[in-house]
Amino acid sequence: MNIIVVGLSHKTASVDIREKVAFAPTRMDRPLQAVVGLEEITEAVIVSTCNRVEIYAVTRDIAGGMARIKRFLADYHNLSLDYLDPHLYGLHGEEAIRHVFRVASSLDSMIVGEPQILGQIKTAYGYAAEFKSSGIILNRFLHKAFSVAKRVRTETRIASSAVSVAFAAVELARKIFGDLSDKTVMLIGAGEMCELAAKHFLNNGVRGVMVTNRTFERAERLADELEGRAIRFDDIFAYLHQADIILSSTGAPHTIIGRKDVEEVVRRRKMKPMFFIDIAVPRDIDPRVNDVENVYLYTVDDLQEVVASNLQQRGEEAKKAEAIVEQEIGQFSLWLASLGITPTIVALRNRFDEVRRAELEKSVANWKDLTPDGRKRLEALTNAIMNKLLHPPTSLLKKSGQGGRTDLYVDALHSLFELQVGMEEEDDDEG
Amino acid sequence: MNDLLFTVALGLYGCATLAYFAFLVKTSPLLGKTAHWIIIAGFLTHCAAVGARYLAAGYPPVTNLHEALSFFSLAIVGLFIYFEMRYKLHILGSFVIPVALVMMIAALGFPSRIGELNPALQSRWLAAHTIFAFAGYAAFTVSFGTAIMYLIQQRFLKQKKFGDLYRKLPALDLLDDISYRCLTYGFPLLTVAIMTGAIWAETAWGTYWSWDPKETWSLITWFVYAALLHGRLTTGWRGKKAAILSIIGFCMLLFTFLGVNLFLPSLHGYNSPDRVGK
Repeated sequence: MNIIVVGLSHKTASVDIREKVAFAPTRMDRPLQAVVGLEEITEAVIVSTCNRVEIYAVTRDIAGGMARIKRFLADYHNLSLDYLDPHLYGLHGEEAIRHVFRVASSLDSMIVGEPQILGQIKTAYGYAAEFKSSGIILNRFLHKAFSVAKRVRTETRIASSAVSVAFAAVELARKIFGDLSDKTVMLIGAGEMCELAAKHFLNNGVRGVMVTNRTFERAERLADELEGRAIRFDDIFAYLHQADIILSSTGAPHTIIGRKDVEEVVRRRKMKPMFFIDIAVPRDIDPRVNDVENVYLYTVDDLQEVVASNLQQRGEEAKKAEAIVEQEIGQFSLWLASLGITPTIVALRNRFDEVRRAELEKSVANWKDLTPDGRKRLEALTNAIMNKLLHPPTSLLKKSGQGGRTDLYVDALHSLFELQVGMEEEDDDEG
Repeated sequence: MNDLLFTVALGLYGCATLAYFAFLVKTSPLLGKTAHWIIIAGFLTHCAAVGARYLAAGYPPVTNLHEALSFFSLAIVGLFIYFEMRYKLHILGSFVIPVALVMMIAALGFPSRIGELNPALQSRWLAAHTIFAFAGYAAFTVSFGTAIMYLIQQRFLKQKKFGDLYRKLPALDLLDDISYRCLTYGFPLLTVAIMTGAIWAETAWGTYWSWDPKETWSLITWFVYAALLHGRLTTGWRGKKAAILSIIGFCMLLFTFLGVNLFLPSLHGYNSPDRVGK
């Protein structure tokens, strides 16, 4: 029983190709059932996000299975296989396991450490479960992937620092102010980055937003959208002392806030700290404002440096994460192998034989007048009983070949007879 | 017995200091917890040491320089543990425990023989005065620690240097808050210490205040912290200014506590026959 992975991602295909291959979340039953219907494919899960489309499947025939899934992807989306093939990858065995573990742990994402992918895979798994396209192997596999992802998230700091400029701003604000819930943000001017940052701050619990703009109507509109107050541009300095965090992005060709202004404002605030973010080019805020006591002035370049430093840190944490993934691959591979029919039969036989021998020894130990011949007979007897018992299950397994049913039997045997150190059931992979 | 316990406590404080420094370099939760448990063990041992000394001597062990340094160290560690647990701030240890350790090591440098208590010191005011003083000192020491952390972190934020230490240090706001809290604990304690000292002076020497160097310098220290408290409450002395004043106050405190005894002649000498006057 082999796990294979077929698909494409942001690493192998541009967005216009990826969007052609995406599966709509509302109709996952059709593709899932189609894949499982392919020859030799016994289980399937489809993961379709804006950055990757991947199909995880279980098959006995690796090469054939991969080829069939590639063809399915082309046909289902009315594309030619020649067009699609250069962008597709096909993985099996340990590589496939490694890939899925890495993807779930966000190591394969555009921004390493991003939190969405895990949820997306869980959703994909949900569909597969709903439409019964996944079976015992993929179930175990994905549960394991989830727990590996959780380990990576808790044991490394791969996801713990800001990697976008807006997040970096919030992170800095937290380092300055600690609690943001009683802080006020002032937005001067407008612009995508400004508004994005303001929204991030709101999402992180700031008390409120004041918006000001040379054009009062624009300020009002934005204030409405952000559920804040609009302030007339001429009144900036009357209200500035109420703001803890100031985002500035006007089109002014010169600075609008100078050092003296800020010194006064801070005094008025009884020296409570202020955090200025100057997004404008040319700058809105005199750089010497950073020298004012308890005032912190950052430009977008500065924020980008924070992001760069965080990304570097993530890079180091990613190494730790990769090590965790490697550890887990070994464990899972072992379990997967044990699901083979032959290992199972061997293990079952060994377990029975252990019992046979133990009981035999116990009996023989106190048997004073047992002759060697008698002993041989006992051996023969116990062996015969064991073989007779083992014969039906063994031949059934050998006959049924690979398939979903067989996997079920194998798994049941493992559990019922405690055959091998396999995998502990993990029910802590949620969240 | 108390010497043995003292030495063990000293050793544990040394280990704790190493652990907290290691925590500064490699922030792992395990290291933080380890340091935490070592310092608690050290603290309990130290309490036992002080208790044993009390039993052996028959008077509160705060009379000579050895005992004073030891007790100061104990107070610092005790207060630190409270803040560490309350704010889950292991990294504070890297800045405060070394001070406690230095005090302990300094204590080794002074005679620790339990002697007869000088009659001038035989008073119920001994315990009250010194305990309030050391409790106040401990609070100001923690304030000093957070002030240093504050200035370091503020520097990072101003100069936009985002290294490992920046990540490990907590928010400025938190540091300022702890510093403020310590000030509000320490100031009343110091005030009471000075007052009980004055009352005791009256009963022992007949005058509330004699401008003895110890008294003078403790008053200077008191004024620095009074100014800081007033500034914080009224005109917004917070952040950098408050941190610097905390550090200045701590220096005054050190001089009051040790400098006076080591460098200036004083009535307020510790328990040695030629130094306690009148």
